Amino acid sequence: MPGIWILAEHKEGKFKKITYELLSLGKKLKSKSGEELCALLLGSGIENLANQLGPYGADKVYYLEDEVYKSYLNESYTQGISELVKSQDPSILLAGATALGKDLFPRVAARLGTGLGTDCTSIDLDNNLLKITRPIYAGKVLMEATIPQTKPQMATIRPNLVEISPVDSSKKAEVIKSKANPKKEDLRTMLKEILKGESKKIDLTEAKIIVSGGRGMKDKDNFKILEELADAFGEGSSVGASRAAVDSGFAPHDIQVGQTGKVVNPTLYIACGISGSIQHLAGMATSKYIVAINKDPEAPIFQKADYGIVGDLFQVVPLLTQEVKKLKSEG
Amino acid sequence: MLLGGCCYPLLFLLDDNIQQEQRLRKGGFVNIAVCIKQVPDTETKIVLNPDSTDIVTEEIKWVMNPYDEYAVEEALKIKGKYGGKVTILCMGPERSVEAIRTSLAMGADEAVLLNDPAFEGGDSFTTALALSKALEQLEYDIILTGKQAVDLDCSQVYAGIAEFLSLPYVSIVVGLELFPDQKKALAKRETEGGEKELIEVTLPAVFACQKDLNTPRYASLPGIMKAKKKEIKKLGLAELCLNPEHVGAKGSKLKKGKYSLPPQRKAGIKIEGEIPEAAAKLVKLLREEAKII
Ligand SMILES: Cc1cc2nc3c(=O)[nH]c(=O)nc-3n(C[C@H](O)[C@H](O)[C@H](O)COP(=O)(O)OP(=O)(O)OC[C@H]3O[C@@H](n4cnc5c(N)ncnc54)[C@H](O)[C@@H]3O)c2cc1C
Repeated sequence: MPGIWILAEHKEGKFKKITYELLSLGKKLKSKSGEELCALLLGSGIENLANQLGPYGADKVYYLEDEVYKSYLNESYTQGISELVKSQDPSILLAGATALGKDLFPRVAARLGTGLGTDCTSIDLDNNLLKITRPIYAGKVLMEATIPQTKPQMATIRPNLVEISPVDSSKKAEVIKSKANPKKEDLRTMLKEILKGESKKIDLTEAKIIVSGGRGMKDKDNFKILEELADAFGEGSSVGASRAAVDSGFAPHDIQVGQTGKVVNPTLYIACGISGSIQHLAGMATSKYIVAINKDPEAPIFQKADYGIVGDLFQVVPLLTQEVKKLKSEG
Repeated sequence: MLLGGCCYPLLFLLDDNIQQEQRLRKGGFVNIAVCIKQVPDTETKIVLNPDSTDIVTEEIKWVMNPYDEYAVEEALKIKGKYGGKVTILCMGPERSVEAIRTSLAMGADEAVLLNDPAFEGGDSFTTALALSKALEQLEYDIILTGKQAVDLDCSQVYAGIAEFLSLPYVSIVVGLELFPDQKKALAKRETEGGEKELIEVTLPAVFACQKDLNTPRYASLPGIMKAKKKEIKKLGLAELCLNPEHVGAKGSKLKKGKYSLPPQRKAGIKIEGEIPEAAAKLVKLLREEAKII
């Protein structure tokens, strides 16, 4: 009974991909422990979403419904989740290492008095003990860890690591609705406003293809050619930057990749005019494929790249865009 | 979830809620606590010990955690604006005093080192617990931390501190405005896809600082000289009224296992030839070998 629980994350009426990834991972764990797989959903007026999770593997969906959950706040979410967890006593509780999961789970773990492995790159079960692997020292080392004495065993999992398993459209999940408790007037935090970003592109941590620019971009306006290449690849692609590019004012901080920026894990990372410093590599070395475009044949980035072109990025990038478009139009 | 009451004479005068309210309402003097950590410099080459249970620390150059520099800077800015006192708290071995001196040289007023052999091998939970015990002995209106320490990259301590002290927190803070007279703050936090949230929060509260928040100042020479003479208070298990079972490796909820080095990436191929041909070849490889396009 106890259960493997995952936090179902959604935005603007749709589940985020990480939700399906977590359910796929949950199914693997379930095949080892036999415990039921449950999704935890918080929101208001989203029954339709609650009913969608069965085919992805959920046996049950705990749906905490309240107006207060319309916008995310760690304070209200912690309260609702912790109370439900205390009453149901699951053995495992997982979330994505997304902006929401990273903000929320540390407090839930502290409230429940249990351990949490953040930003995990792999987890497995061995005799009902969760085996956690997480990068430390900016990915220079991998650490194994367990949470042997307390429950639930908690972890946040990096997006883009788990392949989504096939959907079984006949499977239905039991939806268990519960009214939640936090009162708006008791909260000490309040979301006043959401400031939309300049770019309509998806977040770097979820992107499948990232075109990144460094100091070699020389100017803010030149980032346009990277945008164009990302657009040519289509959905799931985004633009990133090195710290030198951010500090020179070519790009906003929130697209910085690296040790003091975002840690990304795309299928393809194209580094344009980036030398490949140790701090930059910390943020992208786990990309499946790395492409380097740099005019300096000695640039360290070539040591890590699967494919490299030595040349002027201002010449190479537009040609790549052209070639990608050509291939895509050929189908 | 606070373990055990305090049995030790308080080291600092506790300011009760009403007094705090009155002081802040006058719009001045903000007490700021900043929690910092000493970590290996980001350039450090990491080497594992023979039994792969930890890293070799001998050759390492230690620095203040880069994110904590933003927290210290923000504290100094707030002090500059409203008046106040900046107190540094740091948990770690004796060598951490160097990081504390750096923050004092930047302009912090007082500092506390949490140091006890019993703290060794702890996790985020035990660290937050010890820090919250030390904070209970302080006056604070806001608590600042870095968003994560770049050694174990856990990014949990700020939340634990907030939880153990029953305070609200805002993480990944890239903008902070205080309204001391209303006992409130407005924090801008980074979420994803370039989006930011504006969160209003009642003080006291914890803020975990992100890079974009400010530009940390360099320590001035007189600052460095002054910092050398400042007393750094030391607090151990007894002063923090902590049970040895609740801290360090024993109290940890997340038990560390083996360390390993990730597989090294090998250099691939440099595509030769004229640029237009190379570009076409690369796109072809991305489609056929990597199956991306
Ligand atoms: C505490 C700390 C944290 C840090 N965190 C990060 C981080 O999170 N992320 C990060 O990226 N960095 C980080 N850094 C900075 C890092 O050390 C490097 O300074 C930075 O990554 C360099 O960025 P870059 O490669 O764009 O610039 P450079 O190293 O200056 O490289 C520019 C490259 O562009 C090439 N180039 C120039 N013009 C062209 C052209 N026309 N065509 C093709 N190639 C061209 C050059 O050959 C060169 O290789 C951090 C540093 C510290 C100390």
